[in-house]
Amino acid sequence: MPRLIDSRYTPLIAVALIALLLPLIFPSPYYYRIGALVFIFALAVIGLNLLMGFAGQVSLGHAGFLGIGAYAVAVGPTHLGLPSWFCIFAGAGASALVAYAVGQPILRLKGHYLAVATLGFGIVISIVLTNEAGWTGGPDGMSVQRLVLFGWPMHGSKIWYWIGAGTLLVGVALALNLIDSPSGRALQAIHDSEVAAQVLGVRVARKKLSVFVISAVYASVAGSYLALLNGHVTPDLAGFMRSIELVAMVVLGGMGSVFGSLVGAAVLVVLPQALTSFHDYEHMMLGLIVMGFMILLRRGIVPALGAALTGRAL
Amino acid sequence: MSVLQIERLSIAFGGVRAIDDVNLTVPKGCVFSIIGPNGAGKTTLFNLISGVYRPTQGQVLLDGTDVSGFAPDRLARRGLSRTFQNLQIFFRLSALENVMVGRNRHETTNVIQDLLRLPSVWRQNRATREAAMAALARVGLAADADKSAASLPYGAMKRLEIARALASEPQVLLLDEPAAGCNPVETEELDDIIRAIVDDGVTVVLVEHDMRLVMNISDRIHVLANGRTLTEGTAAEVRANPAVVEAYLGTHNARGRAVA
Repeated sequence: MPRLIDSRYTPLIAVALIALLLPLIFPSPYYYRIGALVFIFALAVIGLNLLMGFAGQVSLGHAGFLGIGAYAVAVGPTHLGLPSWFCIFAGAGASALVAYAVGQPILRLKGHYLAVATLGFGIVISIVLTNEAGWTGGPDGMSVQRLVLFGWPMHGSKIWYWIGAGTLLVGVALALNLIDSPSGRALQAIHDSEVAAQVLGVRVARKKLSVFVISAVYASVAGSYLALLNGHVTPDLAGFMRSIELVAMVVLGGMGSVFGSLVGAAVLVVLPQALTSFHDYEHMMLGLIVMGFMILLRRGIVPALGAALTGRAL
Repeated sequence: MSVLQIERLSIAFGGVRAIDDVNLTVPKGCVFSIIGPNGAGKTTLFNLISGVYRPTQGQVLLDGTDVSGFAPDRLARRGLSRTFQNLQIFFRLSALENVMVGRNRHETTNVIQDLLRLPSVWRQNRATREAAMAALARVGLAADADKSAASLPYGAMKRLEIARALASEPQVLLLDEPAAGCNPVETEELDDIIRAIVDDGVTVVLVEHDMRLVMNISDRIHVLANGRTLTEGTAAEVRANPAVVEAYLGTHNARGRAVA
């Protein structure tokens, strides 16, 4: 069957259309905030999906990088007088360096052992953020100065909706580029058979490290945005529950599906808001719905629905 | 002129010497088969040559250079490739993409270029795709290029692994039981494929249980038993050697199928 457009970029077009059209159905400006949260989380989830869904390496500590990014834009302007926009990049750089240093020893581990090692990494970051109270405000966190670009303060949900959407599009484009490239093929090969990839010349350790660093940068930028959107940051952002939430978004949306990352983030950001009417039973409902999704669509929402609709994986 | 040479190679797992003091020399451009009963150490020897295992003792020389203890990816970059007895297909990828991974050592773009999809990546992808299509065609799988590798029949997966290894343009290709699980027609095709590979100047080292294929195609045959060299020679020499028959059938059981 001939294709009219290159289907490789379908997710990019889909995300762009969603971001443009969604405000048309927003009943109130409050929804811009939810949209911004979805896009920002989706950014972190795409990064984690490159690591988990494509390269097959788990991380239960990725919120640690959210934390580094968030505290970069909190600490940098407050204590060092650096501009916020610069601190987004500085945080991303710091996350990349930390991922590079931590990744060397722990990416040699596999499966459950890697999971526990990354878990430990995330815990270390959140403890550091909690204990270095002189810099970070401790468990209560600290306030974050507004981002100012070209003299304009970036204030309010609407602006962050569009900043989030724009950055997400860049994140989607980079991820799609990577997947269909020598590095991307090597990563997917590592997922299925490390030994086969290696005998074909793939430098397995180096490739794993590079995708770990890339995923850390995605999470770091998302963390910076969350802090700037909220105007406040606490160590919870780097905590274990956040890491699990990111992993749940990857798996729920679909391992190895870029568009699934957005869907997974959307479900887990929107559902708790939608379920607040259940009051005390809110978390129970959330848990049951997530279980239901996984039982019915076990490959994740997007791959499972894609397969059902077209007869092949999306 | 030997392209692959093994000197006094040994590996021990715990106290067991799975390969014990094996010497062999593979001349360039030939089909060199390694046979032996189950558990003789054939696949272990392949794992040693391709760097998956490190030898306890001894040397592997590739094209005259000592490559003992080199990691598999480093060996791949020096022109050694292999297939696996128990398939190691990349099931998430299409048949073509599987073979494109085989081009890895010829690809020069780095991960930053890949992320940004610079024109160099675009050109790289096209060159890789063309070379991979050519490799698929050599094993008769060109029509299946866009199919999911997981959807291919078993015999086609075996050939896919050969195409993937060929795509790396090896000077030495190790084939680990390529005919296992193949029907007679597929085995016949395999015979042609291997001959075509050798005609292109690639040296083939073959581990195989299908004796018709081995006896037909091999320039030299090395027989292993219990991790040690039993004998080496041409097909006729090996077939006539009573020690080989004995190794396969056991001393106490003179009946049963012949070796060839």
